[in-house]
Amino acid sequence: MRREPLLNALILLALLAVPLAAQALDEPFLVTLATKAAILALAGVGLNLALGLGGMVSLGHAAFFGIGGYAMAVLAAPVQAYEPLMTWPMDLPGTKSMPAIWLAAMAAGALAALVIGALSLRTGGVYFIMITLAFAQMLYYFAVSWPAYGGEDGISIYVRNGFPGLDTLDPLQFFGLCLGVLLLALGAMHLIARSRFGLALDGARQNPERVAALGLRPARLKLIAFVVSGAVTALAGALFADLNRFVSPSMLHWQTSGEIMVFVILGGAGRLFGPVAGAAIFVLLEHLLGGISDYWKLFLGLALLGIVLFARGGLIGALAGRAVAHD
Amino acid sequence: MTEPVLDVQDLHLAFGALKATDGVSLTLRRGEIHALIGPNGAGKSTLIGLIAGTLRPDAGQVRLNGRDVTGLDAAARARAGLARTFQVTTLAPELTVLQNAMLAVAGASGAPYRFLRPALSDPALVERASGYVARVGLAGRRAVRAGDLAHGERRRLDLAMALALAPRAFVLDEPMAGMGPDGAREMTVLLDLLKREAPILLVEHDMDAVFRLADRISVLVSGRIIASGPVEAVRADKEVQRAYLGEERLA
Amino acid sequence: MSAMLLIEQALNGLQYGIMLFLMAAGLTLVFGVMGLINLAHGSLYMLGAFACAAVAAATGSFWLGLVASLAAAAAAGALIELSVIRRLYARDHLDQVLATFALILILSEGTRWLFGSFPLYLDIPAALSGPVRLPGGIDYPLYRLALIGFGLAVAAGLFLLIGRTRLGIRIRAGEADREMIAALGVDISRLYTLVFALGAALAGLAGALVGALQSVQVGMGEPVLILAFVVIVIGGIGSIRGALFGALLVGMTDTLGRALLPVAFATVLPPAEAGSVGAALASMLIYILMAGVLVIRPGGLFGRA
Repeated sequence: MRREPLLNALILLALLAVPLAAQALDEPFLVTLATKAAILALAGVGLNLALGLGGMVSLGHAAFFGIGGYAMAVLAAPVQAYEPLMTWPMDLPGTKSMPAIWLAAMAAGALAALVIGALSLRTGGVYFIMITLAFAQMLYYFAVSWPAYGGEDGISIYVRNGFPGLDTLDPLQFFGLCLGVLLLALGAMHLIARSRFGLALDGARQNPERVAALGLRPARLKLIAFVVSGAVTALAGALFADLNRFVSPSMLHWQTSGEIMVFVILGGAGRLFGPVAGAAIFVLLEHLLGGISDYWKLFLGLALLGIVLFARGGLIGALAGRAVAHD
Repeated sequence: MTEPVLDVQDLHLAFGALKATDGVSLTLRRGEIHALIGPNGAGKSTLIGLIAGTLRPDAGQVRLNGRDVTGLDAAARARAGLARTFQVTTLAPELTVLQNAMLAVAGASGAPYRFLRPALSDPALVERASGYVARVGLAGRRAVRAGDLAHGERRRLDLAMALALAPRAFVLDEPMAGMGPDGAREMTVLLDLLKREAPILLVEHDMDAVFRLADRISVLVSGRIIASGPVEAVRADKEVQRAYLGEERLA
Repeated sequence: MSAMLLIEQALNGLQYGIMLFLMAAGLTLVFGVMGLINLAHGSLYMLGAFACAAVAAATGSFWLGLVASLAAAAAAGALIELSVIRRLYARDHLDQVLATFALILILSEGTRWLFGSFPLYLDIPAALSGPVRLPGGIDYPLYRLALIGFGLAVAAGLFLLIGRTRLGIRIRAGEADREMIAALGVDISRLYTLVFALGAALAGLAGALVGALQSVQVGMGEPVLILAFVVIVIGGIGSIRGALFGALLVGMTDTLGRALLPVAFATVLPPAEAGSVGAALASMLIYILMAGVLVIRPGGLFGRA
């Protein structure tokens, strides 16, 4: 009957087993792939709150992903250049500490989501899609034309940032850290979905008029969800930048927005583990098909089209059946 | 006489040249059912929107328990004690009956911004919501998705959610619509139950129900109230018969 | 900056705006009539440019290329509508976004497969090459001037088509009330295919015309698509008039902003900084404009309420 929790456990086990096996077989590249999957999954977890539970079709989450990445670069670049972050209005050094970078990334992502969300939620439906897409594009062009952080070429951070008590340069330890963050985020999402806020948000998505008549403000509920969603995706962006030790405007590209959405849908929108399954499949396909053909995205497109037209509910939907309302 | 619970004063709203609401005043007193009737296109839905706060008047005032709520939006008016139901019953279709009721309880308690504490297994919340579900006779249907309910059951859930707000006044938009004779009889019992909680402004098309249930009737035609008073007086009113009842008979 | 340069930039802005209108008109028409958001509209723009470049290279005639771009984009549009898009009308916007995002991947990678990753170049036809002297002594590229004239003619034709013809009446009826046109006995699925192909042809035409100014390459359509979205948000969705007004506003704002902002900043900042601050701000200007419209009129300048 209840296959979804079992499926979730299997997905998690696979994500854990692959890098351990890779380490044992001395295939460090596979560990990196699993780390990438975990980070992209985290970006999807962020979007899933807005999209799955809040019903906000944001085609601009690359904005928050990129902001997280650039937050990392802004804080870490001064350290490798032996310069302060700022001297005015106060002296502030940069930092190579991940917890500090994460906080800054999430704060910046939340702030951007607050502004973009407040503007986009003035309208709804199809406008929301176009407006979120447009604002992400604005940040993309800004990053391309602003020379301080490498402009179009991006900027390299040569040494991965540190986390107290861990050697982040060790692929397996960095993977463990990313997985830990992902699990924390999944736990928080699980709680949010079952909280009063989650219930109210779910109601606001399904029937905003009725929810307003119950004394709740649908627009405010959605804005809060959008802000949390932006912060989580920004955190993923900071980790992604640390994985690659490189940040460029491509993190802000519209196609990144589309791909984050694909993770969520491929796995199953509104399902807790949907983004995890989706991101894992995406990374796997990219690795396998990308090795065979330069045009692997053609096949990704065909697969996606097939899923949208004929297999709604994504992978978890197909394997675990129709979503049951949480009891 | 005590102050009316709901006091609507000289409301105006025009859509371009169309005066949808043209100087409407009415009151709802403690303990009564005040029915608002009128032919199609009379402006009943617009008036409900103005009272519930989904529409803004060009002029006029809405007072709830002596407090001016004209400047408040629908959510704030709900929190101030105004519970409405919808003509086309609207619920969150993917949530269960119990969850819909819990949503109403959570809304009424004014604390939706609790992010991490579980609500769905919060015994106090479940208990209160179950109580309202039971009062409208849906106790056996708690775990059914609202979208899968029969028409009459949805109406009852809609009423349970209005009850859960523990309101000062109910505004019910055609609760009898689409109900068979049995359903209408059940609904009559439920409205009696509601009336014990708070007075009801009943917008209704079903004449028999209105004459049976209402303490007072107001008749809305072309955005204006042409008659208002006790049931017998309104029934006997010549203008009402010409403008409304006559037309009903013809139709 | 001299007045002559300013006029030249204003003409560039006008030309840019007109081309954006050709894109936005199709998008807003398809949304207004079918309620569909089509991300793959930019791919049709790209297809038009590639068709024009390929045929022009093979035959040596830009004009044959232009005809080919119209035909190819319209045919691709009709084919896509028949095979994919019509399954999406009853779906929610999320499914439409995903399916048309998938179409972008398919069309972009398919084009890359056929034509390779290197950009193609499309020469301006000889008859329209070189500058022309405008009253006031400004030398302006004849081709760009022709684009303005041609684009305005297409816009006028579109307004006539929608305002005066039987097809236009059906399109407007479809925007107002879908069931009504069914009741009028109009074959809706044929109308939908036709409208979609018309929008595709306009996009393909724009792609071919602009392709002669820039290089023709995969991925050229999406930045224009996003700008067309900005145009629609500003103009109000479903409104052709709004699309025209929004397109001209965006084209002008963007072009003049890029020309003037660095100069304006140079009066208060050192030149190097003024250049980068001005360029960065100019790249954001139209989005700031869009934000302003959202604050003042969330439904767009020509939108319904």
